[in-house]
Amino acid sequence: MAGLLEGKRLLVTGVITDASIAFHVARTAQEQGAQVVLTGFGRMKLVERIAARLPEPAPVLELDVQNSEQLDSLAQRVGEHVDGLDGVLHSIAFAPESCLGGEFLNAPWEDVSTAIQVSAYSLKSLAMACRPLLHPGSSIVGMDFDNRQAWPAYDWMGVAKSTLESVCRYLARDLGPDGIRVNLVAAGPVRTMAARSIPGFAAFEDAWDGRAPLGWDIDDPTPVAHTCCAVLSDWLPATTGSMIWADGGFHAVGV
Amino acid sequence: MTNEEILGGIAEIVNEVAGVETSEITMDKSFVDDLDIDSLSMVEIAVQVEDRFGSKVPDDELANLKTVGDAVDYVAKHA
Repeated sequence: MAGLLEGKRLLVTGVITDASIAFHVARTAQEQGAQVVLTGFGRMKLVERIAARLPEPAPVLELDVQNSEQLDSLAQRVGEHVDGLDGVLHSIAFAPESCLGGEFLNAPWEDVSTAIQVSAYSLKSLAMACRPLLHPGSSIVGMDFDNRQAWPAYDWMGVAKSTLESVCRYLARDLGPDGIRVNLVAAGPVRTMAARSIPGFAAFEDAWDGRAPLGWDIDDPTPVAHTCCAVLSDWLPATTGSMIWADGGFHAVGV
Repeated sequence: MTNEEILGGIAEIVNEVAGVETSEITMDKSFVDDLDIDSLSMVEIAVQVEDRFGSKVPDDELANLKTVGDAVDYVAKHA
């Protein structure tokens, strides 16, 4: 059997180290036959070094989702490497320090707005920037942390994730007529650079493995990467506007 | 590889990543307190150390490498 993503052309954002969820999605996608183009932010040299650790070398394009020039030129820049896109992974989030760690009541709006723009509005920005390259059957996948309830320390990042969940539904509504699917993968906690910047992440580490019916290994990003690749594939053709859990089943059970 | 050679290699990496003069990069210097290197730069330095010396630096270990000397010792043991 050919790979799950044989011949697919994918744009993968959000690689910063080889612990990044996005790195493992790119790796798995290549193993499954996909051609991958990466975007990086800020530390381009670092991202390029990490890109060289993939099974196949992947080009890295700069993308700051707050930079409209970079968004406007993205389709053209991606087009220099692939002649269209079958899938896009959005793995982008940021919140200023004030927005995380228990100071929910004191975070100023300027910081909150940054968190929401980078972490939620950017799904819309990225989808629109890639739209000229997408076609019926293309799949956009965003990384989520299920925020239907309040968490310790996650604070305004959680609000941004709730916004992302809503942005996903509206994008699914508006891109559905073009045959483009938009979904989120709600991952359990994975030890990444992003996780390291969440004060109180240890509380999630301790709770998850004990409660998730399937168990959970925060050091193993592979289950999340496989789920993302499944959603990027042709095998969930009627699924859009959905949140797909890859959390060991944590969300389904109480204490 | 001698400790001097490792120090020289690490100094080149720190210079490239963070722009610190190589003459400033001595065994007793703290990455954060003396050389003003932030956490993402530390990650970038670790990745370059891995590529150059072949010694994988896990996240947990990275947090323990407080000084340039700590990093040199780590590479000497793991390269």
